[in-house]
Formats: sequence, structure tokens, C-alpha cells
Amino acid sequence: MKTLNQTPQTPYTRIYALGASRGEISVSNDDVAGPIDSSDEWIRQRTGIVTRKRAGKDRSLMDMSREAANEAISKAGIFPSEIDAVIVATITFPYATPSAATLLAEEVGAKGAAAFDISAACAGYCYGIAQADSLIRSGAAKYVLVVGAEKLSDFISPTDRSISFLLGDGAGAAVVGPSDHPGISATVWGSDGGNWDKVGMTGSITDYRDGKTEWPTLIQEGQSVFRWAVWEMVKVAKEALEASGLEPEDLAALVTHQANVRIIDEFAKQLALPESVVVAKDIVDTGNTSAASIPLAMHRLLAEGQVKSGGYALEIGFGAGLAYAAQVVELP
Amino acid sequence: MALSEQDVLAGLAELVNDETGIAADAVQMDKSFTDDLDIDSISMMTIVVNAEDKFGVKIPDEEVKNLITVADAVNYITSNQG
Repeated sequence: MKTLNQTPQTPYTRIYALGASRGEISVSNDDVAGPIDSSDEWIRQRTGIVTRKRAGKDRSLMDMSREAANEAISKAGIFPSEIDAVIVATITFPYATPSAATLLAEEVGAKGAAAFDISAACAGYCYGIAQADSLIRSGAAKYVLVVGAEKLSDFISPTDRSISFLLGDGAGAAVVGPSDHPGISATVWGSDGGNWDKVGMTGSITDYRDGKTEWPTLIQEGQSVFRWAVWEMVKVAKEALEASGLEPEDLAALVTHQANVRIIDEFAKQLALPESVVVAKDIVDTGNTSAASIPLAMHRLLAEGQVKSGGYALEIGFGAGLAYAAQVVELP
Repeated sequence: MALSEQDVLAGLAELVNDETGIAADAVQMDKSFTDDLDIDSISMMTIVVNAEDKFGVKIPDEEVKNLITVADAVNYITSNQG
């Protein structure tokens, strides 16, 4: 009997380049404060957000995904036709099927690439990086395009005080490929379906069809989520760091999901990082963009020269599911 | 040995001070965390987690919303100390 061919193609992978696209409208705290009986000061104090970027009616999740992807592909120095797989992490593509990824593959010139979406909310991008890394090392793909993209403004309620006023729109993209040295450490990931109802939607699409609920929008139990996002996720971050073989002082940056500045600050405090580690806070004027937030934040650190290519960043996504994933990556 | 109500109040006042800067002696039994001390939900949760560590108690999420006054927290901690 013959044996199957099953040979890993490359031992290592890395992120070649990132791309970013944000909503074109700056929405101030004053713009969102009225319906939630709040104020600029209240919102700044509780979330650290000053403005959030949202996309207008004419700009779709696909538009932002394409812009981010084109930048990443062009900076990676590869031809789009070399991309073997396209992964889009999103919870706001307005079609249950087909996927956003198949259309994106077509639109960026990765014709015929394997393509699929991931539904892991704010952990989606890190899930995508984990998959890209595995696909490349297994030989299933040489280059993988990972995009975290959200148009959350389609699923918010102006009167919701739990999460809507935090949210923005955007897309962040990464091209992942083979490497001659380790560029993506082992992913530590998981879920907690016992807390399925802690972050989610006010109702289902079928309930909406049947007139049992208003248009479903995002909602969360903020206090519980805060506890989980800091104290449980810090354990995950420590595990990921340990798995990478690095010490805190080896990191150039901490890039958490941009959920809330208060979460980010407490997270960094609990991790007890040295001052040399830059803590990403793109949320301050972008808002919380769920699956897009980590690549957007990392892209900005690089664009502003706050970190250098070749440094290491600990990235951790966490959110609805509950679901989470963390890994250390070499900055492109 | 279980801590007395007074010890718990003093310890809790320290945690409130660490998180919010509110003077420890302003943390009195009859004060409401939200209305009197102006502590928001995120600071409250930080205080709760730190109180769990300090006093060796478990304060589940669903219990946190019942802790309206400082006395509620002190009584909960005192009666649930390991």
C-alpha cells in the first residue's frame, strides 16, 4: 500500500505586512452622548474614547476590507495571485452566505484562493493568524491574507448604554507567509460558551423576521466582561508569552483587542510590563472595531514609528463567545 | 482567624483609596458606592477582584450588583470569609 504525501512545507511563518482602513466619519462623544443621557467627560472617563471612526452608508465592510488588503499585499511585495487562502474575521458582514472572503479574494486579485470567514468576534483576527500560520506550515498554503473587518455601526442602538457608543468601523489586513526564522509563536486560544450571553445581540435575525424583536444590535454585560477581559485574559497572555519563550522585557509592544482604555490600562498593569513595552491605544480615536482592532492598532504603532519592524508584539483578542486567542508575532 | 467588621471596613477603604483616590476615612458603612462615593462599574469590579484577593472570598458577578452600600460589601465579605 502506498503512503500519503504529508510533508510540512516550512517550519516557520511571519507577518509580511499590514494594511489598514478606518471609517471616514469621526463621531465625537458629544455626537453619541445625548441618547444615552451622558456626556463627553463621562464617556472619556469610563472608556478613554475621544472619537470613533464610522463608515457612511455608501462605504461597505467590503470596501474597507479591500482597501486594507490592497495595502497589505502591496507592502508585502507579493502578487495577489500568489495568495492561496483568504480569511476574513467578521461578525458584521450582512450576508449569512456567501462569505465575505470569497468576494474579497476575487476583488483583490487572489482569484481562486481558498476563502472563508471566521466568526470569533473580537478574537477573530488572532484566530485568523493562528489558522494562517497552521495552513502555511502544513503546506496547504504559501501566502495567506487575513483580514479583520467590521461595520459595527450597522448593529448599534443609539440608546444602548452597554456597548454601542464604544464602537467604530474599520478593517485591518495581514499577509502571512513562510519565513526562515520564527515569526509567529504558538497560539493560546479557547472559548467559554458558558458565558455565551455576556456579549452578543439583542435578538436573532429570525426573531426580527417574526416581529418578536427590534433590529438586533450589540449588547454586553460590561462589568462581567471587564472582569473576564482583564483577570482571565491576563492569564492567557502570560501563557502565550511563556509559550513564545520570551520574557516581558523582550516585547516591543502589547496589542490587545481595543475594547476600552480602562481594560487596556488594567491589563497592562496586571501584566506588569516594563516601561519599554509600548501599549497600543488606537481605540482613543478609532473606537472599538472588534475583529479589526488589533491589526489597526499594530499598523498604527508601525506607521507612527512607535515600534520597529522586527520587534515582538504580544497580541490578544477576546470577546463575544466568549472566545479568545493570543500569540506573539514579529512586527512586519 | 476571621477578620472583624472593623478590619474588613479598613481593608476595603484601602482598596477603594488605591483604585479611586477617595480618602479612606470617607468610606463609611452607610455610603453608597455609586451615589455617595461616585465609583463607576469598572472601578467597582477592580475593587471587587482586589477584595477577593485580600480577604480570600469569592464574590461572583451576580453578587456584585447587590453590593450597593459599603455595609453590603463588608457584611458579604465578613460572612463569606474562608
